[in-house]
Amino acid sequence: MEDKFIIRGIEFRSRLWVGTGKYKDFDETRRAIEASGADVVTVAVRRTNITDRKSENLLDFIDPKKYKILPNTAGCYTVEDALRYSRLAREAGVSDLIKLEVIGDEKTLFPDNIGLLEATEILAKEGFIVLPYTTDDPVMAKRLVDAGAAAVMPLAAPIGSGLGIRNPYNLKIILEQATTPIIVDAGVGTASDVAIAMELGCDAVLLNTAIAGAKDPIMMAEAMKHGVMAGRLAYKAGRIGKKLYATASSPFEGML
Amino acid sequence: MKLTVNGEIIDDVKAGTISELLGELKVAPGRVAVEVNMAVIRKADHDTFRLHDGDVIEIVNFVGGGS
Repeated sequence: MEDKFIIRGIEFRSRLWVGTGKYKDFDETRRAIEASGADVVTVAVRRTNITDRKSENLLDFIDPKKYKILPNTAGCYTVEDALRYSRLAREAGVSDLIKLEVIGDEKTLFPDNIGLLEATEILAKEGFIVLPYTTDDPVMAKRLVDAGAAAVMPLAAPIGSGLGIRNPYNLKIILEQATTPIIVDAGVGTASDVAIAMELGCDAVLLNTAIAGAKDPIMMAEAMKHGVMAGRLAYKAGRIGKKLYATASSPFEGML
Repeated sequence: MKLTVNGEIIDDVKAGTISELLGELKVAPGRVAVEVNMAVIRKADHDTFRLHDGDVIEIVNFVGGGS
């Protein structure tokens, strides 16, 4: 079933995007990504080990021809750092895609939305395809798009928390007013969480810890794949309305 | 020539360009980005970009990461 979506002319076939952090080794990373069916993987930008050149490279395990590589600016707490990491990422990679993070608080890893807005505007002007990681704030989502964001990535809950969709109503408002794709990023814990995000009408879900931290990451990756598919189908099928009282589904006619 | 590369001071660098430095450090050039004194240097310029004594260089690549 072809069900793609597009960000700035780039086609995305998978509605599940996955991170590559916290895995036991590169082989487990590769197997989990394969099981998830994702065609987008996020990566971080860090110093190359110049003393131990035998250390393996992530891209030897994740073929950039097969997957779209989405670099992030994780760990950046200032606009300057986020810009610096973005520019390095573009040079190290193959595309203008950047998952922009400007973190505002160490404990919650909530974004600094003021810095995020500033960095989004600058990078968009430099030709980046900016996907900002933001709070589930409908006004902020609009402002980010006005500043040049190509898609908006509201959080479900704090990064790595596994709390799931904490504010479905805000997400619904963000989705209702959206003029770009909306990708829920961070905080989901299990397959039902991604199903809920997709049922709400989100275009995709990005997660990492929920798979990498599961007892069996490969099995959880597969569960997430089905969760996304179930949620997406349910969204497209159109769910029934909620009612307080029962409605019989067997006919009265023919009863004794 | 003395350079600071990824936070480490390296004395006695023979390389005159970025490409030569990557070769000297045995870093595969395809998957890295290089910054000299806080400015990103395009891959196309690695062959010709001249390094100078005291330059501060960062060589980065992609690693596993989510958010």
